Amino acid sequence: MIQMKDVYKKYPNGIVAANGITVDIKQGEFVYVVGPSGAGKSTFIKMMYREEKPTSGDIIINGMNLAKIKAKKVPLLRRQIGVVFQDFKLLPRMNVYENVAFALEVIEESPKVIRKRVMEVLDLVGLKHKARMFPTELSGGEQQRISIARSIVNRPKLVIADEPTGNLDPDTSWEIMNIFQEINSRGTTIIMATHNKEIVNTLKHRVIAVEGGMIARDEAEGDYGYEI
Amino acid sequence: MKFRTMGRHVKESFRSIGRNGWMTFASVSAVTVTLLLVGVFVAIMMNLNKLADDLENNVEVKVYAELIADEEQLATLEEEISTTLGVQEVVYSSKEQELVKLAETMGQEFQLYEQDNPLFNTFYVKAATPKETLAVAARIAKLDSVERVEDGRAQVQKLFSVLDVSRNIGLVLILGLLFTAMFLISNTIRITIVARRRDIEIMKLVGATNWFIRIPFIFEGMWLGIMGAILPITLVSIAYYNLFNLFNVELASTGIYSLLTPMPFLLQINALLLAMGIVIGVWGSFMSVRKFLKV
Ligand SMILES: Nc1ncnc2c1ncn2[C@@H]1O[C@H](COP(=O)(O)OP(=O)(O)OP(=O)(O)O)[C@@H](O)[C@H]1O
Ligand SMILES: [Mg+2]
Repeated sequence: MIQMKDVYKKYPNGIVAANGITVDIKQGEFVYVVGPSGAGKSTFIKMMYREEKPTSGDIIINGMNLAKIKAKKVPLLRRQIGVVFQDFKLLPRMNVYENVAFALEVIEESPKVIRKRVMEVLDLVGLKHKARMFPTELSGGEQQRISIARSIVNRPKLVIADEPTGNLDPDTSWEIMNIFQEINSRGTTIIMATHNKEIVNTLKHRVIAVEGGMIARDEAEGDYGYEI
Repeated sequence: MKFRTMGRHVKESFRSIGRNGWMTFASVSAVTVTLLLVGVFVAIMMNLNKLADDLENNVEVKVYAELIADEEQLATLEEEISTTLGVQEVVYSSKEQELVKLAETMGQEFQLYEQDNPLFNTFYVKAATPKETLAVAARIAKLDSVERVEDGRAQVQKLFSVLDVSRNIGLVLILGLLFTAMFLISNTIRITIVARRRDIEIMKLVGATNWFIRIPFIFEGMWLGIMGAILPITLVSIAYYNLFNLFNVELASTGIYSLLTPMPFLLQINALLLAMGIVIGVWGSFMSVRKFLKV
């Protein structure tokens, strides 16, 4: 599903955030990306949906080489990937329902399907009753769940989440992990950058540790491996 | 793009207008002020044009008959003039009639000349086309019993150059206004877009194409343009209609000049204002959204 080969990323300010990454992630896998702050986790993730473009190397997702696709094709790529952003990235002028529906509007789904699917995922994240509220009227955890709902509403085969439990209390974090676990069990690939030791060590999955822009460790049922 | 998506864009553009409160107001005001000025200028210019045309079409050649010419010679002369190449119309006015006319415009004292009328028997000749006036005058000058020929062109020439200058000034002003309006509206929309820059970024990250983002903005610009045109259209129509009713009867009584009648003219000018409003709005939003789409 995802293949990276010798991927380098040098930001305009000269910082090298990816320094020769080669990795292969299969359909249906659940992968934690761990590593110290500034190690390059977010960069690694951002290159997968083309928020950042690699300086060199190949990234192949669903047969598309992200290093080579035209700007015009980028929206098509992003529609195949659900992204949960660390800062939620909800549209402030749209209510919860509209935020989630937006991901379906861009693919020109019919209003009937949109209604049904949006209500389904809002139910899944337990926020059906807040559909008419605006993001600013929600708590951080609720916004995070909306962001997750939006990322899965068009049923992508790949969901990428950058610290989805970053600012949440343990209970909410576990609620969110349950949702990921649930959609992973339906065959969706999950890639999740996290600093949450407890989750990584309890809910065992593949662990990729990034340090200094390189993959330091890649274990099938790994541990978090860092002391906090 | 599917039809229902267009519907979604239209809906989105309306909501955006509502959400952007005072920014919408600022853009609409910019368009309103501009179109109002444009409307006034265009109305004046079009009427100046009409004035120029009317005058040009009214240029007459004045033919003074020799004083010694008798009735018969005058009749012959009239016959000869009316068959001259390029002549459309000949009107005879005896020297007595001329005196009456003069007295009407200059004052009753001129009646005193009645005993010893110094004026000529005169033919007023109109050329088929204004361009031929000079040639016609030259041809008539060669006829028998003609004392002198005066072609009215020289008199209106000065007026023409004044009209030309004012027309050009008006044109420059209108272009300047349009430019200013586009600048204003694109600036106003840009400010709202800077505020929405993050929205655009998010939309793109969620998989929206550039057109998906751009079209609601274009519709929004269009609505702004249309809203901005409403007041100018109303005001220009009312003002012109009233001015027309106030002055036209008097002007028309000169027989030379009349204002453009409101009916086709107001339709034309209103269509122009509406079209300009839309162009300004669409162009403004198109330009300002452009640079934020490169996410
Ligand atoms: N847009 C950018 N421009 C310049 N440098 C950047 C940019 N984004 C990240 N960097 C740099 O690249 C390096 C890796 O950043 P990245 O965000 O990938 O780290 P991270 O592993 O996600 O850290 P954290 O755990 O704190 O989120 C850092 O040194 C950072 O300063
Ligand atoms: Mg990060």
